[in-house]
Amino acid sequence: MAKTIEKRKPRLTERIGTGLGNAVDKVQDSQAWNSIFRPGSIFRKGYTDSPRNRSYVIMNSVLYHLHPVKVKRHAVKVSYTLCLGGLSFFLFILLTVTGIFLMFFYRPTAAAAWDDINTLHTSVAFGLLVRNMHRWGAHLMVLSVFLHMARVFYHGAYKAPREFNWVVGIILLTLTLLLSFTGYLLPWDQLALWAVTVGTNMMGYTPVFGDQVRFVLLGSREISTDTLLRWYVLHVLLLPFVLVIFLAVHFWRVRKDGGISGPL
Amino acid sequence: MTEIPDHLLKRSQAARAKAQGAAGDVGDETPAAAPSDDDGETIPRSLLERSQQQKAEGGAAPVPAGGGGGVATLAPPAGTGPGGHTQRLLTVIRSGSIQDVKSKPVDKVHVWPHLLAAEFTAALFITAFTLIFSIFINAPLLELANPTVTPNPSKAPWYFLGLQELLTMFHPMIAGVTIPGIVLGLAAIAPYLDKNPSHKPEDRKFMVSIWTIHLMFWAVLVIIGSFFRGPGFNFTFPWETGLHGIFHL
Repeated sequence: MAKTIEKRKPRLTERIGTGLGNAVDKVQDSQAWNSIFRPGSIFRKGYTDSPRNRSYVIMNSVLYHLHPVKVKRHAVKVSYTLCLGGLSFFLFILLTVTGIFLMFFYRPTAAAAWDDINTLHTSVAFGLLVRNMHRWGAHLMVLSVFLHMARVFYHGAYKAPREFNWVVGIILLTLTLLLSFTGYLLPWDQLALWAVTVGTNMMGYTPVFGDQVRFVLLGSREISTDTLLRWYVLHVLLLPFVLVIFLAVHFWRVRKDGGISGPL
Repeated sequence: MTEIPDHLLKRSQAARAKAQGAAGDVGDETPAAAPSDDDGETIPRSLLERSQQQKAEGGAAPVPAGGGGGVATLAPPAGTGPGGHTQRLLTVIRSGSIQDVKSKPVDKVHVWPHLLAAEFTAALFITAFTLIFSIFINAPLLELANPTVTPNPSKAPWYFLGLQELLTMFHPMIAGVTIPGIVLGLAAIAPYLDKNPSHKPEDRKFMVSIWTIHLMFWAVLVIIGSFFRGPGFNFTFPWETGLHGIFHL
């Protein structure tokens, strides 16, 4: 220990550092802060890394407690799952957020739809960027869902006790494709109209009640503004709602069936 | 602490008096609140004296037999709870009935930080990728929908191009309903058809091969539909028509 303590005025950077530290302490001591961040949160004052606090972070978070507190070691290996399931879900969230932005500027009528998309491109701040993210995000989600399905099959992760979860996954795949297809019509341009014509004509060939199927899908005899409104509601409300229900079952079954399968 | 109704209080006091009269010992009686020999405190004096006796004798606190892994034991009625509160036995839970007690330990890691860090990185990466892709490449917007004019070629989105390729080869019902229906149906019941319990690829060569062929089947159809179909949906080579003839970018 030094016999004499060197006293000098602290430098400006040191004073800023101490000042910031004091400010942070004040905030973290406040009642408001502690009412928001419950014990175990990393934002609480005095959070230290310990097994108990690591458990609290999961248990006390509404978002994170989708996960268990601990998982098997191989489940963390990115090369095992490539995070494909998680990415599919994340892309769904991304699409929902960008989709809600787009909803502010879009009217689902034959007269207005195309103009609204064009206006988004030209007159809305970040409109073009958000529409692009929505479009490419949708393609990415279909791709990642397919890759996730392939991964699960190659790992045999559909075997007992996970058979039912695989079936739920197939349903989710179908819903994803339907979501993508209903969204495809919404710009009401030539690409949309004719892709949907091909698709719905094929569905009209369903045996026994093909005509009725086509009528229910289109809302009339031909693709029209009724179709647009119907597919808008499907795309924005019904299909996401059903998807979320099946997602909940899917995640629930992953936990209940013992987490990620494997290792091989 | 809850109030004990008077008639139950009297009944327990009568029972206690009877038990004390019959045997010289209190026995396994679960302690009720406010018995007749208390001083208004929560610990019955008789039990307190008994525990003090046992401490003096150097004996262990009375614990019911059968304490094994996971069995909930009755708290010793000598008032060992905080503040002298005693506890009432509700039920005995056998190990394995609610939680699955594993016979051998599994190597596990904390989700925070390990799994969440990996997930965060993946989400960050895909967001960055989508953002940068969206900055440079625009989503298509062709002319206003016109039912009297068909674009040439008119293509479905890539995930349906496989089906559109099938349309060139089969009747629309087969291509659009039958084949996709059978494919989805078979895929859905695959776990119930697969009797092989192994997860290892070397033990599942048949399934892995079938699945790979299935994926390649669709991939080839999508690639042909994307790059090798020009005007009139006729087969062309991409270097003949150019990308503009194939895509609508």
